Amino acid sequence: MATEAHGEATGLSFHPMDQFIVRPLFSDGPVHWYTPTNVTLWLFAIVLATLALLVLGTRGRAIVPNRSQSMAEMSYGMIHKMVGDIAGKDGLKYFPYIMTLFMFVLFANFLGLLPMAFTVTSHIAVTGFLALAVFLTVTVIGFVKNGAHFLDLFWVRSAPLAIRPVLAVIEVISYFVRPLSLSIRLAGNMIAGHAVIKVFAGFAALILINPGLGALVTPVSILAVVGMYAFEILVAFIQAYVFTILTCVYLKDALHPSH
Amino acid sequence: MEGNIGELGQYIGVGLTAIGMGGAAIGVGNVAGNFLSGALRNPSAAASQTATLFIGMAFAEALGIFSFLVALLLMFAV
Amino acid sequence: MISLLQEAAHTAAEHTESVASSVAHGETETATGLPQLDLTSFGNQIFWLVVAMVVLYWIVAKVALPRIGAVLSDRQGAITGDLMAAEEFKLKAREAEAAYDKALADARAEAGKIVAANRAEIQKELDAAIAHADAEIAARATESERRIREIRDSADNDAREVARDVTAELVRAFGGVVDQAAVDQAVDSRMKGTLQ
Repeated sequence: MATEAHGEATGLSFHPMDQFIVRPLFSDGPVHWYTPTNVTLWLFAIVLATLALLVLGTRGRAIVPNRSQSMAEMSYGMIHKMVGDIAGKDGLKYFPYIMTLFMFVLFANFLGLLPMAFTVTSHIAVTGFLALAVFLTVTVIGFVKNGAHFLDLFWVRSAPLAIRPVLAVIEVISYFVRPLSLSIRLAGNMIAGHAVIKVFAGFAALILINPGLGALVTPVSILAVVGMYAFEILVAFIQAYVFTILTCVYLKDALHPSH
Repeated sequence: MEGNIGELGQYIGVGLTAIGMGGAAIGVGNVAGNFLSGALRNPSAAASQTATLFIGMAFAEALGIFSFLVALLLMFAV
Repeated sequence: MISLLQEAAHTAAEHTESVASSVAHGETETATGLPQLDLTSFGNQIFWLVVAMVVLYWIVAKVALPRIGAVLSDRQGAITGDLMAAEEFKLKAREAEAAYDKALADARAEAGKIVAANRAEIQKELDAAIAHADAEIAARATESERRIREIRDSADNDAREVARDVTAELVRAFGGVVDQAAVDQAVDSRMKGTLQ
């Protein structure tokens, strides 16, 4: 549609969304639920990267850590402190789950920035599944730990009685929007960043078609790609951090529902 | 551009959703700016509030991402 | 919202199917529709995601975190142990310092004692020497006095002899008869006052 129209008009071809297509790895056939695809490949790249950082990096078990071990310890310390600070001492029981989520999202975002890579977290299916898993887990934990008192989360006792029903409606809506916003925030950030980089990269090819105009546009767009890439590295970390920290916040709400 | 009027409206709508991103930009800037001014007044309390900063930025940014999502839906899925 | 998404996904799926068929017909491959909304790939993605997450969870929770936690607590233990050892060493150093001070004070006292003893001994020797010297001096003085007395006595006797002889001669010269006993008595009574 739009991309095709532009491509024909200027001689440039923009396919900013092609990088997100799920393709089978070994054949051109249809994608069945069991077919190994590029998603599979990059999911296991994430697993291997985590293995390399957290397991291979710490194989020395040194008292004085080397570089990779101190990186692993830093990520451990960061998430451990986050869970302890936000969800409280009793939240530390769920630390392995949150660490798994963090390492997954972090490496998915970072590995997706490699050229020719596939960004797993740019897919609503993946982020939506993660967010729904977090949402359901947290809700179940909330009801198991607090029983009916978990509903105090929606009944704001500090507010005047008259506006409590209104607040309750708003709280319920915002509670159920959580998985949606959690998943779309992550996927949207990833889609937007990668698409913008692809669009700038498309402009960089202008010098091949129109050398006069391209001499002006190409350096600017290459600089823009570099700048966006740097920004995307920051975003990749921040989105992993935000996903994790919001999970901790939801966990805190489940463990201590009273405001 | 010999497209039909519906396609024209679609593109205009997509363009209008970009305004939403501007709003998100203002929101994120507000969060960061207020954090900075607070942090400069009381630097010792700043480090303990970075988590809150990121949560606030994430909430402000999410709405901009929603407008981006609407743009994508208009562009590719309508 | 959900229904909207589903509807969108359906249209996207249709688009993708048409694209797939066009690819099959040898046309250039272009994606229309958002790949994210292609519902046909959702099952595949979620299946592999679950597999990957289970593996990842096993790695993180069963291997990585216990190991890192053990390393961190080991380090904490080592640090606390080192601090305690340092505290102990500090205590020992303080004890050693106290012992040193005590030894120093003892040595000082000992030295003072020795000095005092030496002084007393020297004093004693000195006293003895002084006493000895005094005694010698006294002995010599008595010896001298004795000699002086002897000399004086002999001089006295000599003078008396001379005086008797002279007196006897004088009496004889005057033509008297010398009465030796009366001469002696007279001379003695005269000399009593002069020679003493």
